[in-house]
Amino acid sequence: MERALLHHALTQISMAAEDGGFHAPTIAEFFPPIVLFEGTPFALNRIMLIRLAVMLVLVLFVVIGTRSLKVVPTRGSSLVEFPFNFVRNNIAYEVLGEHDGKRFLPLITTIFFLVIGMNITSVIPGLNIAGTSVIGLPLLLAVIAWVVFIYAGLKKNGVGFLKASLFPPGVPKALYLLLTPIEFLSTFILRPVTLTLRLTMNMLVGHLLLVLFFSATWFFFFQQGPNGFSFFGLGTLVFGFAFTLFELFVAALQAYIFALLTAVYIQLSLADEH
Amino acid sequence: MGGHILMETSGGTGPFGPLAPEPYDLVWSAVIFVVILLVVWRVGLPRMAKLLDARTAAIEGNIEQAQAAQREANEALERYNAQLAEARVEAGKIRDQAREDAKRIVAEARDNAQSEADRIVAQGNAQVEASRAKAEAELRTGVGTLALSLASGIVGEHLDKDENSVAYVDRFLADLEVEHGARP
Repeated sequence: MERALLHHALTQISMAAEDGGFHAPTIAEFFPPIVLFEGTPFALNRIMLIRLAVMLVLVLFVVIGTRSLKVVPTRGSSLVEFPFNFVRNNIAYEVLGEHDGKRFLPLITTIFFLVIGMNITSVIPGLNIAGTSVIGLPLLLAVIAWVVFIYAGLKKNGVGFLKASLFPPGVPKALYLLLTPIEFLSTFILRPVTLTLRLTMNMLVGHLLLVLFFSATWFFFFQQGPNGFSFFGLGTLVFGFAFTLFELFVAALQAYIFALLTAVYIQLSLADEH
Repeated sequence: MGGHILMETSGGTGPFGPLAPEPYDLVWSAVIFVVILLVVWRVGLPRMAKLLDARTAAIEGNIEQAQAAQREANEALERYNAQLAEARVEAGKIRDQAREDAKRIVAEARDNAQSEADRIVAQGNAQVEASRAKAEAELRTGVGTLALSLASGIVGEHLDKDENSVAYVDRFLADLEVEHGARP
């Protein structure tokens, strides 16, 4: 009975889709039409505009928020202090220690603020897409993290850094035939690739899921006509709501992971011997 | 926006799909990164550092103040205790002194009384002795004269001019004294 019902519903959906009624989300979601400067490197589409808006909010947050910090914190100023303190204490100092943590704090703070700001737009009504769901920004940040951890290692240990990274000590010489390519791949290729893909794909898939749930809800409620199958819409609505909360969590988590891994990679480069 | 995927898009249609970044994507990412880095690095973090330094200084100042107050209180307590001990010693000294004084006063009074008593006794004795000597002398002269005039009367001669008879009387009286003891 239930099966028959479901079958019927699916036929309905596919029929509707053939009619052009139900729009499954596609990758085109992430490449909306250009609205300004088309054909130039400064082309603007909806996602670029969202990124610029986030940038503006972040600039205002930092510049205005930190203007009147109080020694005895007020409710407002401790709200501004919190993210700064979080990055400094829980990421930079905890991983790198106070000395090196201070050196790389500007980069790590920038990465954390940027990523969390860009991620959060995925659940802000009206924006509904993350600035990090298009690969450019995650890729750029990953490359910067890559350059910085190599720079930090070379500056601290010189060629010793490369030697320690590619030829881990305490291993029979013959094994280097196997180990060195693996180490090279994991340290110098996979680190930036995983940083990029982890963030991009999390935000991209999160957005696709939310679109799927809410467009399905729309379809069940209004497009296939209000009828018995509209109850499916309730289910998709509930799932959409739950995944919105999950997306919020993912947004914060991915920002933390990106900043933390950047700090960890720098720390591994600074370590004297592996 | 009708139609299917055929809608005009701004990228993501190459062989790498969404994995190949569009030039504008990278350009705007770089611009935004630089802006945020500068703002965080040049504005946000220095202000935060200043705030944390001020907070540390304030906390250290408070701790120092508390420590100073504690030190002062300890010093006051020590001073008080020292004063108390000193006062105790002083009181003990005064008490001992008073005890000694009392002893001395009593002893002095006793001495005075004793010497006064002795003086009075001595004076009395001297007086008695003087009276006795005087009486004895008077008696001796009286009795001698009386005996001589009596004997003269009986003998009918003035013996009192005779030196032998006077010496006799004296010797007689001395014997009498020996016979009846030294006491008159």
